[in-house]
Amino acid sequence: MRRAALPEGALDATDRRILNALQEGFPIAPRPFAEAGAALGLAEQELIDRIARLKEIGAVTRFGPFYDAEAMGGAFCLCAMAVPEAQFDRVTEIVNAFPEVAHNYARSHRLNMWFVLATATPEEIAATAGRIDAATGLPVLRFPKLKEFFIGFRVTA
Amino acid sequence: MRIDATDRRIIEATQAGLPLVAEPYAELADRLDIPEDELLGRLSAMQGRGIIRRIALAPNHYALGMAANGMSVWDVADEAAERLGATVGALPFVSHCYLRPRALPGWPYNLFAMIHGTTRDEVEALRTEIAALLGDALRASDILYSTRILKKTGLRLKTEGG
Repeated sequence: MRRAALPEGALDATDRRILNALQEGFPIAPRPFAEAGAALGLAEQELIDRIARLKEIGAVTRFGPFYDAEAMGGAFCLCAMAVPEAQFDRVTEIVNAFPEVAHNYARSHRLNMWFVLATATPEEIAATAGRIDAATGLPVLRFPKLKEFFIGFRVTA
Repeated sequence: MRIDATDRRIIEATQAGLPLVAEPYAELADRLDIPEDELLGRLSAMQGRGIIRRIALAPNHYALGMAANGMSVWDVADEAAERLGATVGALPFVSHCYLRPRALPGWPYNLFAMIHGTTRDEVEALRTEIAALLGDALRASDILYSTRILKKTGLRLKTEGG
């Protein structure tokens, strides 16, 4: 994924309108680009071409259905550890070697390693955390989500 | 919330996104060897059940200049936590918002909200905005900035029974 800002002028006003509008949703219908285009005053093919270009230049990371991973089955849990600086690389290697570790971030805090476990069942979350604890010799704190809130996040293009 | 084998095939077939053609669902249905009507019906049903959160375009916030983000964490009174979580989650600059258990004594925070901004200063200003919204229910807060990505893998689907 592109992590640098696009050069000035990479997007025109129509691109920005597309980015802002299609974050809200996209029709489930036989000719969805024609429908979405009509709302934006764009022809079907122009909308398709512009989305293709926005993907190509890295302005769009993904276009399609976003699935609730938990609804598809499986369990997830955010975990954190306080890793002594001198052991950080060694512990990173051990933690990352677990296939259940989906992603892992170093963060600026006493709890300086934050990772997400993804397993087929909730029971495996506790078991995997226990194995990481044993392999690293460091306590693994578990922060399962108790409640998720509706996300209003929008990027203004 | 269970999904059947056909739903699962649909999910797998759309992992990379929708094809950019005039009739994307017809093309997918063809690939899956099911009627287009069935695919449209199943997608609508999955959206209705929350398995599909939405079908949409996800802008790359880095490309659009939102380069800074921080995981803000808050200790809010339990009786107000659900109401305040809903308020914070609805903010346009918050991308993830969850209630999680505290890990006392070292970790008193029960509300987590990922804040995005163009700069670290903006993230801090937005954090102040959240603090004002939380008002008297707020007891303590912190923010954790990521310093390095140590691992990042895509979501891998487990196959049925696997």
